[in-house]
Amino acid sequence: MSTVTTQPAGRPAGQPAVAGVGPAPGSRRTPIVLAVLAAVAIVVFAVLGPGGQATFRISQDNDAWQVPNLVLPAKAFGVAIAVVCTALAVLAYRQMRANGRIAKWVTLTYAPVFVVGLLVWIVGGTTTQNITLVGLFTGAMLITTPLVFGSLSGVLCERSGVVNIAIEGQLLAGAFTAALVASITHNAFAGLFAAAAAGVAVSALLAVFSIKYVVNQIIVGVVLNVLVSGLTGFLFEKIMKTSVNGATIYNQPAQLPALPIPLLSEIPVIGPMLFRQSIIGYLMLVLVAAIWFGLFRTRWGLRIRAVGEHPKAADTVGINVNRTRVRNVLAGGAVAGIGGAYFTLVAVSSFSKDMTGGLGFIALAALIFGRWNPIGAALAALLFGVAGNLQSILSLAGTPIDGQFLAMLPYALTILAVSGFVGRSRAPAADGQPYVKG
Amino acid sequence: MTDPAPRTTEPAPEQAPLPAPTTRPRQDGEGGRVVREILSGNAVISVLAVIVALIIGAILIAVTDPRVGSAAGYFFASPGATVNAIWASVSDAYGALLRGATYDPGARTWQGKLGIFETLTFATPLILAGLSVTLAFRTGLFNIGAQGQIILGATFAGAAGFFLDLPVGLHLVVVILAGALGGALWGGIAGVLKAKTGAHEVIVTIMLNYIAAALVLYLLKNQLKDPNSTNPVSPKMPDNALYPLLLGPNFRLHAGFILAIAAVLAVGWLLNRSTLGFEYRAIGTNPLAARTAGMIVSRGYITVMLIAGALAGLAGTAQVAGTEKSLDAEVAGSIGFDAITVALLGRSTPWGTFFAALLFGAFKAGGTSMAVNADVSIDIVAVVQSLIVLFIAAPPLIRSMFRIRAVRREGASA
Repeated sequence: MSTVTTQPAGRPAGQPAVAGVGPAPGSRRTPIVLAVLAAVAIVVFAVLGPGGQATFRISQDNDAWQVPNLVLPAKAFGVAIAVVCTALAVLAYRQMRANGRIAKWVTLTYAPVFVVGLLVWIVGGTTTQNITLVGLFTGAMLITTPLVFGSLSGVLCERSGVVNIAIEGQLLAGAFTAALVASITHNAFAGLFAAAAAGVAVSALLAVFSIKYVVNQIIVGVVLNVLVSGLTGFLFEKIMKTSVNGATIYNQPAQLPALPIPLLSEIPVIGPMLFRQSIIGYLMLVLVAAIWFGLFRTRWGLRIRAVGEHPKAADTVGINVNRTRVRNVLAGGAVAGIGGAYFTLVAVSSFSKDMTGGLGFIALAALIFGRWNPIGAALAALLFGVAGNLQSILSLAGTPIDGQFLAMLPYALTILAVSGFVGRSRAPAADGQPYVKG
Repeated sequence: MTDPAPRTTEPAPEQAPLPAPTTRPRQDGEGGRVVREILSGNAVISVLAVIVALIIGAILIAVTDPRVGSAAGYFFASPGATVNAIWASVSDAYGALLRGATYDPGARTWQGKLGIFETLTFATPLILAGLSVTLAFRTGLFNIGAQGQIILGATFAGAAGFFLDLPVGLHLVVVILAGALGGALWGGIAGVLKAKTGAHEVIVTIMLNYIAAALVLYLLKNQLKDPNSTNPVSPKMPDNALYPLLLGPNFRLHAGFILAIAAVLAVGWLLNRSTLGFEYRAIGTNPLAARTAGMIVSRGYITVMLIAGALAGLAGTAQVAGTEKSLDAEVAGSIGFDAITVALLGRSTPWGTFFAALLFGAFKAGGTSMAVNADVSIDIVAVVQSLIVLFIAAPPLIRSMFRIRAVRREGASA
């Protein structure tokens, strides 16, 4: 997963673990990217901006609090966005010239401004010219939740130096096992635990082959995805499709109910999005915070990062490198397995073949775009979730851009991130390298 | 632009055994180590890996077979019945697999009897895409992106087929070149980013796979859509743009197979006989040494990804101008990922890749017949294939299973 180019031999462990969420302030290519985006804003949002208004519906009809709709004149707003983007791009260029670096707030402001501009342009260009923000964000959570779990699994593995390409397989194994066990036991919580166990099982294979047998981690990951896909597909055909008395009894999992939190769930947009979730949704919020705190504020996290950045140094001070890695990989498997359970216990009420549909790879993208940081990865997952949901909303309304281009967005952003056009996304230094003591 | 991305500092242990393995500061040297590992194994391991994988597949088939389940119900009364049921279950499935992939005397038509030609048809894109992975692998790059390169190749080949109207012969040549160009373009992106910015090719190629999938779907809904269909599929390829069928209209085997064999020979020559191939192997074994010897590593990455992409593009061409005769979103199927396993099973040599592709083609052809005749889902094939690769990638595991002593061939460099 390396994105670092030149590394002298015996490089000291001085490489900082990038903990910031936003793009790094120093990339030379950043002003270029910002200028290009500003040009896009000028041409597309302002000059070619749609006439009429873009309406954002904030409250639902039965909400306790009614917030009036946000109505924006699409073209005028596009002009405003273009002006702001251009100003920020110029500022970034001047900062780069003067100091050799760009203040962090510039890029951190630029991104949301551009995204809002894009959203107004898209909505203004649809035939109905309005969109429900609640629908946009709550729908996005259907994609975001498994993405967050998947990318947290990646954080745990890769921070300790094991590349996890098998996120897709872990999610799929979790989804399948949750459906099977929750159907047999009629207990969704049993399904949830079984899903975590299934994720751990996939992780155990990853750990055995990549840590014990020192097989290349990328190969193991790729192969495990195929293995899980084949295995769940085979068992799905053999077990879940067989019906007893006309009912497919092994594919009717009990569901986890939504548990709205009083008061908080009434906040417009945020409430339905974050506080009317199932237990898996709340677990996601807790895990993001806990893993972030654990990694960057505790001794446990320091050790893990040491193992991921410079295993030899970690070994020298008495940390068992491979044991740390095995533990982290197994923990990552449990997290991704729970994320997989979300598919069959919350999102859809039955398993179908390959139902994770590449989300594991988007989780990998979120992990990288979020710079191997739990909070960054969660925000990236939210961005990708919104983009994905926007795509399905827009496929119903006529749009100025095809949904397929929104589908490409996470992947294109990730390529830009790893090639250093948007900040510099840098993997833990020892990511992907087996550690052989000696 | 100041980074020519010399990737590794890992000295090959055969040449310089001094530094401990842990002083490898970057995983970038990983490619070289893997290449050596893959090549240093022997054929016995490969065969044993296939056998073990088939046995595990057999266990899965037997366990999930209701006949075995009911016989096991009275196992203690009549253990023989259970054994017979297991034998019947497994031999039904693998028998159907074998007959479907080679020769089925029971079938009524010649197409049904001679599954071997279906095997060769399925093997054709696997050979080409497998060579793509093999070539990149020998240069120390993981081309996970064969999938995307196949899609782009198929799209370009399809576009050249639909939009051009050229005489017999010339049209096919143009289609083939367009397919190679499409794949090369997609592979080249990963190569350039690797060489110029150091972006890891695994991440970039995975992402490009998904971009390619979205792109082809967009084109199939718009520019390349068949106006007579409501689905996102292209029109049929015109006859001039198709590979000629090798065995008449009853069999799907087409001249793309000949091209695939030619590609095996060409890649073999490129890797083992040409200056360029020497550079590739040197870079794959030890990029730093290659750079010290005056080779331009970044140029090697770019050119090898262009060629690898072109090979995968030819695999896409084989689908669109040969087997399927039109373009749809599923044109690449799982070929791109199977290609990785094919290259690993073939130990990253051109002829090894060829035979591994034949085996996987046989699995595919036989798997279809197994699904129909023995009611065993074709997914079992994916299970067996992935197990094969896991076992091959971990020779110590197979060795410990069969108590084979490790043979250390000193100085056996890639």
